[in-house]
Amino acid sequence: MGAVALGRDFEFRVDRPEVCPTGLAEVDAMAGGLPQGCLTEVYGPASSGRTSLMLAAMAQSTGRENVCALVDASDAFDPASAAAAGVRLERLLWVRCGGNAEHALKAADLLVQGGGFGLVVMDLADTPAVTARRISMTSWFRLRRAVEHTSTVLLVMEQQPNAKTCASLTMEMRCERAAWPGTGRPERPPQAEGLPHSLLRGIRVRVERRKPVPAMAACFESRW
Amino acid sequence: MFAAIHATPGDWEKLLRLAQEFSPLVERTAADTVALDADGLERIHGLPQQIAAALARRAGERGLQASVAIAANLDTAVHAARGFAGVSVIPYGDEAKYLGSLPLTLLGTTPEMLETLERWGIRRFRDLAALPELGLAERLGPEGLRLHKLAHGAGDRPLVPMREPLHFEEEAELEYPVELLEPLLFVLAGLLSGLRARLVSHGLATNELRLRLKLENRGEHIRTLHFPVPMLDTKAFLKLLDLDLGAHPPPSPVVKVWLEAEPAKPRAAQTGLFIPLAPEPEKLELTLARLRGLVGEGNVGSPELLDTHRPGAFAMRGFGDTETRRRGDTAMVMRAIRPARAARVQMASGQPVHVQAEGVRGHVTAAAGPWRTSGDWWTADPWARDEWDVALSDGALYRICCAQGRWFVEGSYD
Repeated sequence: MGAVALGRDFEFRVDRPEVCPTGLAEVDAMAGGLPQGCLTEVYGPASSGRTSLMLAAMAQSTGRENVCALVDASDAFDPASAAAAGVRLERLLWVRCGGNAEHALKAADLLVQGGGFGLVVMDLADTPAVTARRISMTSWFRLRRAVEHTSTVLLVMEQQPNAKTCASLTMEMRCERAAWPGTGRPERPPQAEGLPHSLLRGIRVRVERRKPVPAMAACFESRW
Repeated sequence: MFAAIHATPGDWEKLLRLAQEFSPLVERTAADTVALDADGLERIHGLPQQIAAALARRAGERGLQASVAIAANLDTAVHAARGFAGVSVIPYGDEAKYLGSLPLTLLGTTPEMLETLERWGIRRFRDLAALPELGLAERLGPEGLRLHKLAHGAGDRPLVPMREPLHFEEEAELEYPVELLEPLLFVLAGLLSGLRARLVSHGLATNELRLRLKLENRGEHIRTLHFPVPMLDTKAFLKLLDLDLGAHPPPSPVVKVWLEAEPAKPRAAQTGLFIPLAPEPEKLELTLARLRGLVGEGNVGSPELLDTHRPGAFAMRGFGDTETRRRGDTAMVMRAIRPARAARVQMASGQPVHVQAEGVRGHVTAAAGPWRTSGDWWTADPWARDEWDVALSDGALYRICCAQGRWFVEGSYD
């Protein structure tokens, strides 16, 4: 009787963090959004839709008048794509690290410590997996600790998962299929003036939530 | 008690300096006349006659042909200084008697009013003062009453002191040339705290700091820091100067330091529960300065799309300086490869079949193209290219392009 009463008093309670939507309904339904004050890791090979997810999250965040920061380790950000995806560029701070992953880590740390950003993205998607693996766990812990108890979403894009226990949400992405135009004379899809153009019609992406368990999956399509 | 000094129009600067020697409250009444608040001068110079004599003596030493007057009210002192040569001291209560002989032109009224008074035969202060107040008000209105009051020597206008342009500058001459940044920052900390105290005393902040360093090799090193909002945080200023001087160190040891602050009204921000999250401007400026120190000057900011069809054209602007319009929602995005990697592309039947570049290699499993574009042919920097989108055997999707016979991998779809 006493043990039951004691157990009730010390009931274990998990505070679920506030989440921000990614802007992709399928991913939000599956993962519940990007947790604030936590490190979210998104990984996958090239053309797996990581950048689509990143830009959708940025568009959502800047659309809510938040200020976002992108730490671009390999200078791969395409402003035209971002503008087309709905990112408000004037609310985006772009830090170009010219391929230096160490600078990217330091810059992300400075931005998270500075505070006030709705979303901080560290884009290591083109950083060789070997280099990304060399990032010490101490650095990941430092980042997790810095973002803790803030309302900033820290999003890390990679080829392989490296943050291990420091990530609160881990998602793996891969390309299911690409949509190509039919044979014959090449044709551009209809597009608004100034949008980046493509001969490719779109890609279908599969997103799998690896952490927290249980694993779940969702698909989304990005197309012109 | 007020004093007025009247001199020839060309001597304005001397006149002003003379008045400021005696009082901080100086009014520029006309191009050739200044008035000053003489209250308290009796403690230094004694009687009003002695104050007037001191003013006249100092004017003579400065080479000014000036007439000086002292009176209980400002307008009387000004009229006396402009009307009488030499030194005049108008006793309190006898203003009308002393001013009586002065011409009405000294009152500074409109030519029409002077003409009316002239037609009435009113030419001197005493004539105007003798007119009945009620009748004057009926005929000339409020202006007539004002002139009547002035002719009586009973003006009650307050002195409107000149405002010196605010200049916030501190300087320090060093006993020996300073080579290292740390001792220089120690000097700068002292100058900053002095500047801050002066700004606070005026209820101001600053949005620009100008640092001028005199170097041992007789050169100068000038740095200017702009802030997005007016700030008063000495620690932030010092850190920003530290970061800036770290990135742009003076080429030679420093012998003298000037630090100037551009005054600005302090930022007044109303915070609220529902205002979206944004970095504090002071902290953000510091973070940006640190990031610039880490990744380089041109690598931090907001991207801005340029008004051109040239693929990949953008410019980096300072964060918070850009204003872009929102475009339609489209999720298909590309990752850029900068600079575009030179590639070797094998073609078969007009289609790419194999692509090889640094970090990119594979057989083409699907391709679409070419899409031929060109632009800027009217400028010195024209461009023309054929674009292909290709899927390689490694599973990735790339955009490749051919320009002037050379192939490049431009980016990947992600």
